[in-house]
Amino acid sequence: MEARIRARVNLALTFFALLFFVAGSSPPRQFVISNAERRIDLSSHIINVHLTLKVENAGTRPASEVVLALTPTEVDHLAMVDASAIKGKRKKTTSLRLEVKPTELPDAPPIDTKYFTIYLANPLNSGESTTLEVLYVFTHFLEPFPAEIAQSESQLVFYHDTALILSSYHIKQQTTFIKTPSTKVESFIRMEPTNRVGTEIKYGPYEDRPPYSISPIHVHFENNSPFAVVEELVQEIEISHWGNIQVTEHYKLIHAGARHKGVFSRVDYQSRQSSNGASSFRYLLARLPPRVHSVYYRDEIGNISSSHLRTDSLKSELQIEPRYPLFGGWKATFVIGYGLPLQDFLFESSDDKRYLNFTFGCPLIGMVVDKLTIKVVLPEGSTDPSPVVPFPVEHHLEL
Amino acid sequence: MSNSSTSDLLKPFKLKTKQQELLIRVSILCLVYILAFITRLFSVLRYESMIHEFDPYFNYRTTLYLTQHGFYDFWNWFDYESWYPLGRIVGGTLYPGLMVTAALIYRLLHFLRFAVHIREVCVLTAPFFASNTTLVAYFFGKEIWDSGAGLVAAILIAVCPGYISRSVAGSYDNEGVAIFALLFTFYLFVKAVNKGSLAWGLASAFGYFYMVSAWGGYVFIINLIPLYVLVLLITGRYSMRLYVAYNCMYILGMLLAMQIRFVGFQHVQSGEHMAAMGVFFLMQVFYFLDWVKHMLSDTKLFQEFLSITVTCAVAAGGIALGVGAASGYISPWTGRFYSLLDPTYAKDHIPIIASVSEHQPTAWSSFMFDFHILLFLFPAGLYFCFKRLSDATIFIVMYGLTSMYFAGVMVRLILVATPAVCLISAIAVSATVKNLTVLLRSKNKVAQIGSTKGTSSAKASSKASLDQSQPFQKNGAMALLFGAFYLLSRYATHCTWVTSEAYSSPSIVLAARGAHGNRVIFDDYREAYFWLRQNTPPDAKVMSWWDYGYQITAMGNRTVIVDNNTWNNTHIATVGRAMSSYEDEAYEIIRSLDVDYVLVVFGGVTGYSSDDINKFLWMVRIGGGVFPVIKEPDYLVNGEYRVDKGAAPKMLNCLMYKLSYYRFGEMMPEYGKPPGYDRARGVEIGNKDIKLEHLEEAFTTSNWIVRIYKVKPPNNRW
Repeated sequence: MEARIRARVNLALTFFALLFFVAGSSPPRQFVISNAERRIDLSSHIINVHLTLKVENAGTRPASEVVLALTPTEVDHLAMVDASAIKGKRKKTTSLRLEVKPTELPDAPPIDTKYFTIYLANPLNSGESTTLEVLYVFTHFLEPFPAEIAQSESQLVFYHDTALILSSYHIKQQTTFIKTPSTKVESFIRMEPTNRVGTEIKYGPYEDRPPYSISPIHVHFENNSPFAVVEELVQEIEISHWGNIQVTEHYKLIHAGARHKGVFSRVDYQSRQSSNGASSFRYLLARLPPRVHSVYYRDEIGNISSSHLRTDSLKSELQIEPRYPLFGGWKATFVIGYGLPLQDFLFESSDDKRYLNFTFGCPLIGMVVDKLTIKVVLPEGSTDPSPVVPFPVEHHLEL
Repeated sequence: MSNSSTSDLLKPFKLKTKQQELLIRVSILCLVYILAFITRLFSVLRYESMIHEFDPYFNYRTTLYLTQHGFYDFWNWFDYESWYPLGRIVGGTLYPGLMVTAALIYRLLHFLRFAVHIREVCVLTAPFFASNTTLVAYFFGKEIWDSGAGLVAAILIAVCPGYISRSVAGSYDNEGVAIFALLFTFYLFVKAVNKGSLAWGLASAFGYFYMVSAWGGYVFIINLIPLYVLVLLITGRYSMRLYVAYNCMYILGMLLAMQIRFVGFQHVQSGEHMAAMGVFFLMQVFYFLDWVKHMLSDTKLFQEFLSITVTCAVAAGGIALGVGAASGYISPWTGRFYSLLDPTYAKDHIPIIASVSEHQPTAWSSFMFDFHILLFLFPAGLYFCFKRLSDATIFIVMYGLTSMYFAGVMVRLILVATPAVCLISAIAVSATVKNLTVLLRSKNKVAQIGSTKGTSSAKASSKASLDQSQPFQKNGAMALLFGAFYLLSRYATHCTWVTSEAYSSPSIVLAARGAHGNRVIFDDYREAYFWLRQNTPPDAKVMSWWDYGYQITAMGNRTVIVDNNTWNNTHIATVGRAMSSYEDEAYEIIRSLDVDYVLVVFGGVTGYSSDDINKFLWMVRIGGGVFPVIKEPDYLVNGEYRVDKGAAPKMLNCLMYKLSYYRFGEMMPEYGKPPGYDRARGVEIGNKDIKLEHLEEAFTTSNWIVRIYKVKPPNNRW
């Protein structure tokens, strides 16, 4: 019997809100944020926002649910949200991961806010405070402007946000740092106090802002990091009886930055590399498991000879180069395949079941995957397969 | 005790001489079969499992279509992607034998649960059929001479470079299966003539059918066999066996061949096939005369009857041919056929045939390269054949002589001559070696006999005395034998070397030695084709010289204006005219053809010499053949073709020159040479300041081998 498990993850987690419907039970006004610091890293097309919140229980009862507020556009582009509680002071800090779930709250203010709830490990008593660290990862969030650029131009993008952190709590003091990849910033909206040093723009500190206060800003800056997006990735994991796992990955890659306009001149690209094709990219790096063997890199019309594999005991690195450099809007499809020793990934439990422990995701570094399908081809004779994935996925069985 | 028991055990395994011989023969054949396959795998091991050259890409594309859509869709396939805007009726303009064969192998493997990709099947089809050809060569050699000659023929043909050149792994072309079909048909026909059996005649008709379905070279069969029959008739070797074999083969073969749409009614309508029909009627006349001779007892009366009948028959045939040709029912010979008979014909009349390098007359060096010692063994084999003349040896002699002539006319037809050359050489080798060994062994025997039985046998003593008269005979025979083996071993070395060095590069991927002795790969073709495939609109039309048409449709998946199926000379001439006109004029033509991209191949950076600038004069000639505005002398300076400062002004400003050298003047391809130094031609280019008005550079590959230009939309006039 050949069984296939097909799992699909939409990394923009919009539908999570629909799937996990947790009605808000307590009004969230119970907390006060005494200090908030936000660091936004815009150096690649994947935006990391580190939010450090010092939360104080200003209510009377102990409470354990802290609500985070996001704008609908932010939620549309949210790939991941992660929260942890910081314990201890100064150097001896330890962090504890907390559960975060999307929430629907009834008393939504005029802007259509979406909520995530952090469940604290221990309820916070009245008057107590704790420090939370939240990480948001956004994709497809930078808007290239101009939308079409020539080969010699570098890529400028817009980042839209609000200078004040959107929150359903009162924030006593807040600061926002925006880190741009280079010092080349075309324009940004000021909201005093604002200052810009090097590659960093600092908004704040702002004192005593009521809940749901916002102040839209944008930053227009240069970002030439590779906007590499995998539109679709199909990963096939085939488990063989003969001690081997064969992985085949079908990529549909696109440069999702500003579209290339007009001429592609090879002579300029070759001789004036610094000023030409700055936003294009040639190399991709895949981090594969150790002890990988029979690696290949090809496409529909044959082998692509420009790839290098470096292996050591901890990891294998495959550097691949598409047939041509990718400029904005250019596409490339290719297949990477490799074999892995079965004993590294397949484990036997006492109840006569076997577990395949495999990392979910794309081995290419710095890549956004829009649509991921993983097919696990089980060996003949397998029965009752079931996937265990730490986040919700769509899956079904093909016989 | 143990010794005796083992010998008892071994006793049933002890073989008689005949069985031993059979065992050796079968194992040699098996080894040859494997050898023929693996010697063709150099390209797969060095590069990858890929399709080579130009035509195989079309075959691959159609095979892919056949496996995906089934036979009927394939048969009715109208291809919109080539010959824009005319299109091509694929099912009616190809020989489907190769594709159907590959698809059947593919189906069979999948039925046996081998999940192979169709590409692998295509890549390995030619080596597989080459292996099969060695088997046919063995049986053929056995039929015309003896099994020893058959074995030698199998070995020779397994590694002969003349055949390997068209049957390495990846060279997925009609010839790959056609040579097998050709030799198989000949074998079956000779067998039918020898046996006079209807069954073998039927088999040869089916062999002929397969050949017709696989390659246009079947015309060679349909002319050689009648010629052979005619020779037999003239030399008085007419027999009932011949009558049965030829009639069965001709009638059934013709009917079967008509099932191939591309061939259709040519067997009764085309001038190239008339010889077979004429000989068919002549056979009937012979049969009739035979019968009359049998009935009439009077020889004088018969002589008179004979002269009248033959005159009438020839006259009737001549009139029929004349009327058929005059009324247009029988089409005249095609240009390709003429160019075979007269090597100079194509050069004057059909530049499109003459422009292909494999259609050039063969140089002596390539004969030596492809045949090596077979070139010397061939006349020796002919000598042996004439010494032991039979129906079969006459056939192989005729096959050898005619195909050698054609091989001299066109380089690519060395392929057709190769099986004949191998077979005839095998006869020479086998007969010589046999004579020599007989000489060596008989002397030993005589000596043995002499020692055991004394001089009792008179015959033996006479032989011994004869041997004593030539005291160095044994040594001489030994030396000759060693010489023969030395030559054969040289042949084997040469074949392996040629295969590895000359015939195993895919020509899509170019390899060169880098400065540090490392291998540098130029994968520019696929880079460009894949760029077209991914980054142009799916309905984009690409104009290029016809050489790259098949590759662009197969790998780039885009519509082309002309391709390697050169069926419409005017269309190709239009492209040639566009390439050789000034940009303004060319733009009009390009617009009228609705072209979106123009692709040129340029070797100036890498020193790749078979690029479009070197092919350009053929574009001018072919363009000028249809459009007299294009004149070859305009592109030459004192009859000399140049691209440097001294080049003709029209040359320096024509579209092809501009597209090839656009912005090349800024480039320094070689250290110590001025910028714009063309490495393929070894000169500094004459026009470094090229401005393009209606086209813009869309893509150039990393080594500049392929350059693609986008055609700009027309300017707004107001």
